[in-house]
Amino acid sequence: MQEPLIAFRQVSYRYPRTRHYALKRLEFGIRRGEFVAILGENGAGKSTLCQMLNGVIPHTRGGRLRGRVLVDGLDTRQGEVAQLAQKVGIVLDDPETQLFTTSVLNEVAFGPENLGIEPDEILRRARWALDVVRLGGYEDHPPSALSGGQKQRLAIAAALAMMPDILVLDEATSQLDPVGTVEVLSIVQKLNHNQAMTIIMATDKGEQVARFCDRVLVLHRGELLAEGTPRQVFADQDLLARITIRSPQVSQLAAYLQRHGRPLPEFPITLDEARRGIEQIVGEQPEA
Amino acid sequence: MTEFAIQIEGLRYVYQPQGIAALDGVDLAVQRGEFVGIIGENGAGKTTLLKNMVGLLRPTSGKVWIDGLDASQQAVSNLATHVGFVLQNPDRQLFAQTVEEEIAFGPRNLKLDKQEIRGRVEDAIAATGLEVFRSEFPPALPKGERAKVVIASVLAMRPETLILDEPTTGQDYKGCHQIMQIAYQLHRAGHTVLVVTHDMALIAEYAQRTVVLHQGRVLLDDTTAAVFAQPEILQRTHVTPPQITRLAQALPRKLALPPTTLTVAELGRSIVESPKQK
Repeated sequence: MQEPLIAFRQVSYRYPRTRHYALKRLEFGIRRGEFVAILGENGAGKSTLCQMLNGVIPHTRGGRLRGRVLVDGLDTRQGEVAQLAQKVGIVLDDPETQLFTTSVLNEVAFGPENLGIEPDEILRRARWALDVVRLGGYEDHPPSALSGGQKQRLAIAAALAMMPDILVLDEATSQLDPVGTVEVLSIVQKLNHNQAMTIIMATDKGEQVARFCDRVLVLHRGELLAEGTPRQVFADQDLLARITIRSPQVSQLAAYLQRHGRPLPEFPITLDEARRGIEQIVGEQPEA
Repeated sequence: MTEFAIQIEGLRYVYQPQGIAALDGVDLAVQRGEFVGIIGENGAGKTTLLKNMVGLLRPTSGKVWIDGLDASQQAVSNLATHVGFVLQNPDRQLFAQTVEEEIAFGPRNLKLDKQEIRGRVEDAIAATGLEVFRSEFPPALPKGERAKVVIASVLAMRPETLILDEPTTGQDYKGCHQIMQIAYQLHRAGHTVLVVTHDMALIAEYAQRTVVLHQGRVLLDDTTAAVFAQPEILQRTHVTPPQITRLAQALPRKLALPPTTLTVAELGRSIVESPKQK
């Protein structure tokens, strides 16, 4: 069998000066071209897992790492963050921690410049990435003058401009407006389909997971509690009862109808599936 | 005492030196005891509007009255006793060594006597459920609890109005609802609550009235149900109604299910009570 692009082999980790493990004996693989959601509550270990992918853990954060994290065959303990950063683009939930240049254009161009890419290509990529996140026209603005949501868009554009093999979004759309969230994730999905960019998205928003992801890993207190397709995860009422994750509202509705004796024929995770199901169980109102 | 917690007329705010008008003529009146949601695209002016209410920004032109007081004539510290502001990222508001100290800081600056300060701290701790964390170092608490410490510090100022700017940032599902429940209890006790968020399900569940901003102006201002019944207009400011509302809107009219459903339970009840398909 082909080795997965990302492999966690019995990975446990604890932060410096703490006793408890933030991640416990994680064992899973992610194939090239997958769109995977990491789902879990605050403190489940989602961000910790994300920061292992570009080697920030353990290289920058320290702490104690057991087991092996392999990214494209490279043990992250051996690889340097700069080396891993060429493969892995990561966007954090708080954009303030990532932005540092004096203009929106410089921010997006910085990564590709460091990869030694031709200036024309850098500019082309930067303008494309800014258009994707609807920041075209803001090239000369200082990042500090942007609103919270716009800063988050900029951080996403900066990662996209790198065209990484692996894009990690750690709650990276938390401050985006609803349409903007769908726009960005649709572009990400396109990159996933057309260029086989591997996407890893840590979130607790079930609606996005259902719409965009192939597979879900459910983390709970540092352990891998479940994995499966979005439908398997959101239909698993026992699992959902154990942890409070946000399933899509249509899935919540399906659970409600099940409890009240009017179950839908199939468990829906998207709006269209729910609509079709309801049309099958609800009769027309008799003419008054 | 005026019936309005907040009155805003012709508010413009221009960020310098770029000269960007973040607010371009906002009129808004919020009565005491309302629970109002504020929504709109990134950069619509939501946070700028809130900052003008609490005196962190001063209007370029136009007027803001808080509890009937002209905000431009008031110090930020005085406005803080009228409107409590919880920022997008609560970590930027924490600095004391213990939760109790953090909460007591504001009332102490009001030069209240010890007993009054103690009473306020205790009330704020009780309202936010922070009893077991009172002696902890705030930055070491889990995210959800850190946000509650900030809310408790704001409550200790006994403001008439509570303003939450994107309370969902960094919060999971449970954390969001805990924060919204605290706000809801205050609302029940007669306080005014304003919430800015992109989480439309939260707006649908908690806000009676919703104000929609677009390019620094008020695009819609109505009951939350009436606002979400206008998806085409909302689209202009990059907002979509909650999934459950969109589902109800997408169902064929002949099923006679209410199209302006706001919550899962509401649509669920309607379906359970509807005639069965033959």
